[in-house]
Amino acid sequence: MPRKRRGTMAAIAGAGGLLGLMLLAAAVPWLPLDSPYVTDLDARLATPSAAAVLGHDALGRDVLARMAYGARISLGVGVCTVVASLTLGIALGALAGYLGGWTDEIVARVIDVLLAFPGILLAVALAAVLGPTLPNVVLALSALGWTGYARLTRTQVMSLRQRDFVVAARALGVGPVRIVTRHLLPLAAPLLLVQATFGLSGAILAEATLSFLGLGVPPPLPSWGAMLDEGRVFMLVAPHLVVAPGLALAVTVLALQLLGDGLRDLLDVPS
Amino acid sequence: MRRRLLLVPATLLGALALVFAFLHLVPGDPVEVMLGEFAMPADVASMRRGLGLDRPLPVQFVRFLAGLVTGDLGDSIAFRAPVTRVIAERYLATLELAAAALLLALLAGIPLGVLAALRHGSAADALIRGLSLLGVCVPSVWLGPLLILVFSIQLAWLPVSGRGSLAHLVLPATTLALGMAAILIRLTRASMLAVLRDAHLRTAVAKGASACRTVTHHALPSALPPVVTVVGLQAGALLAGAIVTETVFSWPGIGRLLVQAIAARDYPLVQGCVLVVAVTYILMNVTADLLVAWLDPRTREDA
Repeated sequence: MPRKRRGTMAAIAGAGGLLGLMLLAAAVPWLPLDSPYVTDLDARLATPSAAAVLGHDALGRDVLARMAYGARISLGVGVCTVVASLTLGIALGALAGYLGGWTDEIVARVIDVLLAFPGILLAVALAAVLGPTLPNVVLALSALGWTGYARLTRTQVMSLRQRDFVVAARALGVGPVRIVTRHLLPLAAPLLLVQATFGLSGAILAEATLSFLGLGVPPPLPSWGAMLDEGRVFMLVAPHLVVAPGLALAVTVLALQLLGDGLRDLLDVPS
Repeated sequence: MRRRLLLVPATLLGALALVFAFLHLVPGDPVEVMLGEFAMPADVASMRRGLGLDRPLPVQFVRFLAGLVTGDLGDSIAFRAPVTRVIAERYLATLELAAAALLLALLAGIPLGVLAALRHGSAADALIRGLSLLGVCVPSVWLGPLLILVFSIQLAWLPVSGRGSLAHLVLPATTLALGMAAILIRLTRASMLAVLRDAHLRTAVAKGASACRTVTHHALPSALPPVVTVVGLQAGALLAGAIVTETVFSWPGIGRLLVQAIAARDYPLVQGCVLVVAVTYILMNVTADLLVAWLDPRTREDA
């Protein structure tokens, strides 16, 4: 199958899945769901039944309702993290790439140092000192997530800055901010879009990991990662507590991977 | 290459500064956080002195670096023992787990990637691609509990948790290896496909080299360098991924120690764990770079 056609199919499947998830998450308050917080001790660890499709958790809370509200948290944290990282990354990357010199040297070294730590490690350490709250999770993930976008923007801006059309624009008296935003960034957009798609899946997984370790979203807020952690203790008697949130995570990540792969093929972005 | 090697000490120093700054990132007074709000003022003062927090910041940093040289990372509050000693016991356990996972990922990822590239477009290729996509999508926070559910609880083939026999190693290593294996499949496949189009392969075939020899002597050596670079980067991801895997399987390694130290607000120990993992990661990347330079002469020139 040709690359473009496979790309279109993957992108459509991924975008459809993601859109469906986002609509579902947005519509949750209007859906006929139980409260995700009300406990019913008689229904503790109840397995799935007609009344509660996904059963109840260790405190007798409705698992379906917690899954649905959890989607809002997982996607919300993911989107906020990507938006914050993207903004910071583009700003610093463009600044470093366009100005060069000392600015560039400093930004590049900071990126090097941050990337010298393996993935989730710094997020764990940062979340640990900041304390487990929803904004702190976004803060910890964005404080580390911007480096990828910054590096990409910096390389792009550096390679484009001496091209004829930029020199021409500068000669016409166009200011640096306008050159970057109107002439350089649009050319880097496809790359950034693909990276942001994978970044979203990374952020969602990172939130799940932090919450799983008890460093993310504080209880009783439902997050898929936190639900996995709570459910894992009762795996022997209530396996549904582990299966449901994990499946939701895997499906979300699958949709984003398909979308990212598809966009990469469609936009001719090198992997 | 030389430029990259020259950057290593600078990066290391930056990483150390960041780890050092960590204790000062704690909102409020770290000593009061660690001792709790009902601590005696005398205890607070003596702990602050013990941690050297009463000195000016530059002095603290120099002492921190001097301590590193002599292998002194301070004392763990929860374990009442030197951080270095507490970490040393766990470090081997993490290395054992990470090495097993690395081996599994390499043994599964590279042959499957090569096979998919050689059978490009076939059903086998589609199957392997599907498997690798699945591997990328299943997070270890899910895979770990799922494997326990199936292989320890339902089938009762393997132990639920802990460290000891080889059987203890199977599930955690598999959990840790899956994501990396999936990435290696993709990468090996893409790299092989690019190499298979190369002229030197056609020459090898034209000269009458057997299919097997063409792959092992001509295609693989050209396809491997990008894979090695990513293995270096992913080996660090293994160390970080060990945080989750070790927590799920109660594996007594550095990842679980870090989580325990955080829960106990034992900041010197947290600092030590982060430091050891980061330094290991940096050294692994350097090793991968050197290995790539050895495999692929083109990268030896400064780029």
